[in-house]
Amino acid sequence: MKTKLMTACLLAVLVPFAQADEKLAAKVDKLVAESFRAGPGQDMSRLTQDETQKICSETRNSPTPAQIQAINAREQATIKYPDDNKLMGDWKNGEKLVKGGFGMRIGNIEPDKVERQKGGNGGNCYACHALDPKEVAAGNLGPSLAGYGALRGSSEEIIKYTYDKLYNTQATVACSNMPRMGHFGILTPAQIADVTAFLISAESPLNKK
Amino acid sequence: MKLKVISLGALALATPLAWGEASVADYRAALADKDANPGMLIIDKGERLFHEKRGPKNVSLEKCDFGLGPGKIKGAYAQLPRYFKDTQKVQDLESRLLTCMTTLQGFKEDELKAKLYADQRLNEDNTDMEAIAAYVSFQSDGMKINPPLKHAAEKEAVKLGEAMFWRRHGPMDFSCATCHTEDGKRIRLQGLVNVFKPTDIQATMSTWPTYRVSHGAVRNMQHRIWDCHWQMRTPDIDYGSPATVALISFLTYQAKGGTYDLPGMKR
Ligand code: HEC
Ligand code: HEC
Repeated sequence: MKTKLMTACLLAVLVPFAQADEKLAAKVDKLVAESFRAGPGQDMSRLTQDETQKICSETRNSPTPAQIQAINAREQATIKYPDDNKLMGDWKNGEKLVKGGFGMRIGNIEPDKVERQKGGNGGNCYACHALDPKEVAAGNLGPSLAGYGALRGSSEEIIKYTYDKLYNTQATVACSNMPRMGHFGILTPAQIADVTAFLISAESPLNKK
Repeated sequence: MKLKVISLGALALATPLAWGEASVADYRAALADKDANPGMLIIDKGERLFHEKRGPKNVSLEKCDFGLGPGKIKGAYAQLPRYFKDTQKVQDLESRLLTCMTTLQGFKEDELKAKLYADQRLNEDNTDMEAIAAYVSFQSDGMKINPPLKHAAEKEAVKLGEAMFWRRHGPMDFSCATCHTEDGKRIRLQGLVNVFKPTDIQATMSTWPTYRVSHGAVRNMQHRIWDCHWQMRTPDIDYGSPATVALISFLTYQAKGGTYDLPGMKR
């Protein structure tokens, strides 16, 4: 009885919230539809949310345990590996990719050059992470990755964890602030293997004191 | 005045590194005297344009109602965004200016929107709209940020703006919240405002429009909202659109109680 009452109360609180959120999300979709101008140079499909983006928006990046499970499983399924299945590539190329900006800016006011609109020329990692200790202009939205391989080693497990993280971080961290680099084609599987090597290889400057 | 602008140039040369917070603070300290803010020149230009008879209808903007009545611009910006009966919309400074320039002066909306902002890559001077917005906002310098939150549409705009702030979209999965909800965060060396910390968001909103040193131009909040969407890799968000006004309503409301210190000066 008591538990029933409690669940009834809980439901009473939860249900209107959920409904209100759905209504709010629908209103925001409408707002978005009215606020960007379609036309040459634009790409309206970028405003359509996938299921994961929807849940992360509606829950303000605090998904429920069930939603976390669903997101992790869905995103894990998106991960693709390089043709040769080598997850450690060329760390020197990885270094270049880590430094390069994203590209992919569109619109008519200040678009990137056409070739950069398709994919980035890098992963823009310094925007959010410290990596090579010599690079001081590092952001801090993500954790410091200095000494990443030196600290964690280079086991198969660490290599796969790192590759997967770069390809689609939401396979492990639902609603992470890190972009899903492989999933959205910011980096190709071969490039992700190169960046993985940059993080893990003992020769990489990131692992040098 | 000219001399000060030149010494500012010298400062810029002396600090070739990326603009971190510290260097902007140096700037501001060196510029305790507001007359030395290059934005003042743009405000002067905006004042001239505001009073000049312009557009197909050859009238000035002196009858434009920014919320306190036709022609009353003193303190008007401090009470925006707000609901306007004539357009039946919540409007911010820039979208209201667009309304007046089209209805009073007869400019075509599409033509105005075809060239909204000076292109900093080409060292262009601020557009007329940027200059006029800078002038009108300057009439609220020293006043409290006090947007009305009475009309149902104003309340709705704040609520939708907050939801929009959390909406993740585009190939980077970004929402505004990715970058602006925590203390002490940076993209590279650029400090990021935490919109949920009152002192932080007050310091931010009270200094827009702002002279952006890296652009050599005065920028308004519509430009900043466009700029952050551009970084998010969305299509161009439309000037004065409901989503921009909702976001600006939310941000301004978060900053309520701050005091305008205009024009600002930033990286
Ligand atoms: C927009 C910010 C952002 C960008 C850009 C970004 N990251 Fe991240 N990264 C994060 C955040 C936030 C986390 C922590 C949450 C998580 O693991 O997803 C993280 C986590 C990581 C981790 C896991 C760290 C650990 O302790 O296990 C690695 C590895 C990583 N990022 C590498 C990279 C690399 C390499 C790049 C460039 C290709 C990159 N990140 C770009 C924000 C970012
Ligand atoms: C990827 C990170 C990122 C995202 C996402 C982002 N911004 Fe920004 N924002 C920045 C950066 C970087 C600056 C410039 C800071 C500087 O110049 O020091 C900035 C500046 C601002 C400012 C001015 C801050 C000041 O102190 O004057 C405002 C307001 C703002 N952003 C609002 C937004 C809104 C609204 C959104 C969502 C539409 C958004 N941002 C999305 C990174 C971001």
